[in-house]
Amino acid sequence: MKIPTAPRGRKAVALLLAGVAIVASACAEDAPQDALRPEGPFAQKADDLWNLVFPIAVVIFFIVQGLLIYALVRYRHRPGREAAQFHGNTKLEVLLTAIPALILAGIAVPTVRTIFDITNEPTGDVLDVTVVAHQFWWEYRYPDLGIVTANELHIPTGRPVRVRLEGAPVDRVDNSAEVIHSFWVPRLAGKQDVVPGRVNLITLQADEPGTYLGQCAEFCGLAHAEMRLRVIAEDPGNFDEWVQDMKDGAAEPSEALVAEGQKLFAEGQFPNGPPCSACHAVEATYEPENPPAQAGPNLANFANRETFAGAIFKNTAEQLRPWLRNPSEVKEGAKMPAVGLTEEEIDSLIAYLQSLD
Amino acid sequence: MASAALPGRRRILARPTAKTGVWGWMTTVDHKKIGIMYGVTAFIFFILGGLEALAIRTQLAVPDGETLSAEVYNQFFTMHGITMIFLVVMPMGVALMNYFIPLMIGARDVAFPRLNAFSYWVFLLGGLFLYSSFFLGGAPDGGWFGYAPLSTELPGNGMTFYSLGLQMLGVASLAGAVNFIITIINMRAPGMTFMRLPVFIWMSLVTSFLLLFAMPIIAVALFELMFDRVYEANFFNPAAGGDPLLWQNLFWLFGHPEVYIMILPAMGIISEVLPTFARKPIFGYAAIVFAGIAIGFMGWGVWAHHMFTSGLGPVANTAFALSTMFIAVPTGIKIFNWIGTLWGGAIRFTTPLLFSIGFVAMFVIGGLSGVTHAIVPHDAQQHDTYYVVAHFHYVLFGGAIFGLFAGTYYWWPKIFGRLLGERLGKAHFWLMLIGFNLAFGPMHVFGLQGMPRRIYKYPSGMGWDFWNLMSTVGAFIIALSFVVFLVNVVLSRRRGEIAGADPWDARTLEWSMPSPPPEYNFAEVPIVKHRDDWWYTKYTETPEGTPTPVHAGGADVDDDDDGHEAQHIHLPDPSYFPLVAALGLPVAAYGVIYENEIVIGAGLLVALLGLFGWTLEPSAEDGH
Amino acid sequence: MATSEAPAVPAHEEHYTSTGLDNVKMAMWAFLGSECLFFGSLISTYLLYRNRVLDGPTPADIYDIPYTSVSSFVLLMSSLTMVLALAGIQRRDMRACRIWLLATAMLGMIFIGGQIYEFTAFVEEGLKISTSTFGSSFFVMTGFHGAHVTVGIFMLLALFGMSLFGRLDSDDGPRKVELIGLYWHFVDIVWIVIFTVVYLVPTN
Repeated sequence: MKIPTAPRGRKAVALLLAGVAIVASACAEDAPQDALRPEGPFAQKADDLWNLVFPIAVVIFFIVQGLLIYALVRYRHRPGREAAQFHGNTKLEVLLTAIPALILAGIAVPTVRTIFDITNEPTGDVLDVTVVAHQFWWEYRYPDLGIVTANELHIPTGRPVRVRLEGAPVDRVDNSAEVIHSFWVPRLAGKQDVVPGRVNLITLQADEPGTYLGQCAEFCGLAHAEMRLRVIAEDPGNFDEWVQDMKDGAAEPSEALVAEGQKLFAEGQFPNGPPCSACHAVEATYEPENPPAQAGPNLANFANRETFAGAIFKNTAEQLRPWLRNPSEVKEGAKMPAVGLTEEEIDSLIAYLQSLD
Repeated sequence: MASAALPGRRRILARPTAKTGVWGWMTTVDHKKIGIMYGVTAFIFFILGGLEALAIRTQLAVPDGETLSAEVYNQFFTMHGITMIFLVVMPMGVALMNYFIPLMIGARDVAFPRLNAFSYWVFLLGGLFLYSSFFLGGAPDGGWFGYAPLSTELPGNGMTFYSLGLQMLGVASLAGAVNFIITIINMRAPGMTFMRLPVFIWMSLVTSFLLLFAMPIIAVALFELMFDRVYEANFFNPAAGGDPLLWQNLFWLFGHPEVYIMILPAMGIISEVLPTFARKPIFGYAAIVFAGIAIGFMGWGVWAHHMFTSGLGPVANTAFALSTMFIAVPTGIKIFNWIGTLWGGAIRFTTPLLFSIGFVAMFVIGGLSGVTHAIVPHDAQQHDTYYVVAHFHYVLFGGAIFGLFAGTYYWWPKIFGRLLGERLGKAHFWLMLIGFNLAFGPMHVFGLQGMPRRIYKYPSGMGWDFWNLMSTVGAFIIALSFVVFLVNVVLSRRRGEIAGADPWDARTLEWSMPSPPPEYNFAEVPIVKHRDDWWYTKYTETPEGTPTPVHAGGADVDDDDDGHEAQHIHLPDPSYFPLVAALGLPVAAYGVIYENEIVIGAGLLVALLGLFGWTLEPSAEDGH
Repeated sequence: MATSEAPAVPAHEEHYTSTGLDNVKMAMWAFLGSECLFFGSLISTYLLYRNRVLDGPTPADIYDIPYTSVSSFVLLMSSLTMVLALAGIQRRDMRACRIWLLATAMLGMIFIGGQIYEFTAFVEEGLKISTSTFGSSFFVMTGFHGAHVTVGIFMLLALFGMSLFGRLDSDDGPRKVELIGLYWHFVDIVWIVIFTVVYLVPTN
């Protein structure tokens, strides 16, 4: 049998280049859902642990792979070489068991501390928000403010937001069981699941104003990929204005087209489904004893939203038109039915929606 | 003895005698033939699972991909997971365990040859049953992990196929596990004490115990899922108080031992390959064995690390974070001991050795990313992203698959009598290594950059575009490497180098026999005096510790040149009842899908008749 | 076939096992170990759900402890008859073995009959598998136990049949009876656990 040789040096270089390229790319372009660029204290705490553990892992990687590559090069077969016939080295083995155990113990301490830190009730001027996850959109209620909205969560900067993730047991659209979703805005906090029948808690906080992107992170069916969300953090003054705007409700339509849209929305007769008001409310306020029970997202202040339909489409007439015509054709799996709108009806409804201020 | 039996019954139940041809293979109870069937079937499923992966990667190569709809994509990623786990990695491990456990412990067959055949047929039929779903309304589309209530709610038959198909595969695994446990504990050659067993045998034993205790748990979960879907039960119905976390707990109590079931055989394989090609014994045999056993035990205590974001609370999360961190310790022991095996050796870079080194290098990466998952607050960022996809592909592909290829190249000459080509083998290795790292390395990055799992498309502007494209390129390179392997197989069968008994100058008992071994394995049951007994039959050590060959003739290959011996050997006859019993299961399963009680009854009846025939057919001794 | 002209196999090779224990018995123990996890998972599910009754009767409403105690006693007695069957064949009293095997099977059948009666009574009183999580977990758990008892009855009757045709006369006979006995006792022990946990331990 011929003795094969191999350029093991080549493998080392391949590994190294791949590693460097990958790490380098992490520093490259902007990624709106980048967990490595926290923008709030709760995401920061997780990132702090990463910044401790990842370098340790990298060092261990280089040591172990280095030893491996060294052994392959140094102890390759050459004519006249004999393998040394040792069976083990108890002292070394004990050492190499103890050292990793100690490193792990060292990592465990800050990890456990942070686990409890971020699950504790936040202190300070806490804003309470309840999140209910649906197939395939997000409902946000502000119990202390008495308003409800969907998909775009407005929060004030600099205040901890205690998010209560309420798992609705039933999807009111078709009375099927609701499924598990996961609420995730990477730059503000780690994710937490929304489990039907249970309540989970998470805290997030944005330090700077801005729009933070997120999406559902637990496979929930056909439109899982298109169940996204935005957190819109504003200075406290702007946030209060937004709250007031939501409470004020929409003005009465001043144009005929808008009035026409309002009428269709409230009581239109469509071939394949009920009027929009059967599932969608346009008033944001609710009483605490009477939480919202509509099957579809609340549309109060729709005109001022950046996106719609699970934060996947820009809020423009061009994007609204195909959606209203046939939701599941543009968002596969969407549960909003195609009720059979004429093009004129769509025009009126778009005008109406874009008047909801 | 059984001469009181009625002649009529003996005619009906007479055992088949064919040893060749299709009927011979369908009625075989020979562990070697069954091992080959497991292996071939697993490789075919590897191609199917690979095609699913290529479809997935094609869809994700660019933002807003239009290759696959969400409906098809969801079926493909679900079936890719099910295929690779249950129809590739597990059966490939079982293939090698089946072929080599008896050979390595000095036995003539496994403890229960017909149960062995039954395992194989149920596995094949279970796999075919699952894949038939593509043609019968749609494949399972709720993920391989089948989280409820989504899995109970998904319309169509897909997830019902899932629950029944996995049940069948579970039966196959359980039967195999019982067989291997009894074989290893009770059928070792004289002198083959536990501490002389090859590491591969130890890992197979631990794997089998894990299977024994993990499979029933998922069986219960799958039955509960089936009852919810087909018989309106409420196990996972939130409106009735059903708890989705019940599914998760049951699933992961199975699921975590499952990952050790997948990796331990591969760890065993490289523990055989590395010493052979370093030409020295495994470093720290006892530690490697006990680390494997420790992993087996500790693997039961970490399951909820798959549920860190489910809302278990800080105390539970802490407990599982700690147990997960500490399971890295026995794993680390093994890695250091493999490096220690190479240290001081005279390393020959054959293809099996390259794949073994690839295993170690890739598993280190996967193991390190696994430890980062234990950092619970940061796992809340990693969970359900491509970072996790990267982790498990590094340990299951870079680890288990590379290890299984190491075993394939290593043991191929023993099974088929001819070596696989070295040049093509090395080409396969390098292409696969490069393609694999290109496909899965970047996933660590775009996972942490916020790309969740199980999404059929993603928009541009998220920063994920370039590396998703690169990952797709890597996937196609992997596919190319597998084509190279298939070419190697075909060429080897036609004109591969004849192997002889011991082409690698190896250490364990299987190399003391002709390639391929005769049906009865050993002409004479060996008396074992050392660990690595075959090596010490060939070599003794000089006072300085260097091996020198024993004088010529001392290491005779056990090749039955004394034909007289072989005639005392007594092997079980073939049987068709395992196949009959196995056939009943998919029939009953189709009955559940189509809600036809008669078909269910028919299937159970066929299975029962198979079992009766199996019990009542004359045993091998009666046949003569 | 290698043994076409072979004399009888040397005895040591046929029954040699590394531990001295019988392969099939060891396999039955391994299988029963697996079954512990199976029933453990079912019982755990039941424990989780027995108090979650959003619709339909609760355990307190529907269980008839005296009735179930009687059927439990019947199953317990069947383990006694099983022991007597094994003792019979061990002393080569085939008639005793047959009588006690049949008695075990019949007691098992009475137990199953009792289960079926209990199930139909529950359904009439408004507890079905679809009524509540309690209903689902109760019926699936006890249903699987009943299925295991039924399989056991089949095996007992098969043993009975085999003994009629002299198939238990060999040295191997007691081993076969012992094997089924192991299974039967296990199924009985599972019932004791179920009876205690499900029926006897009071719920909220």
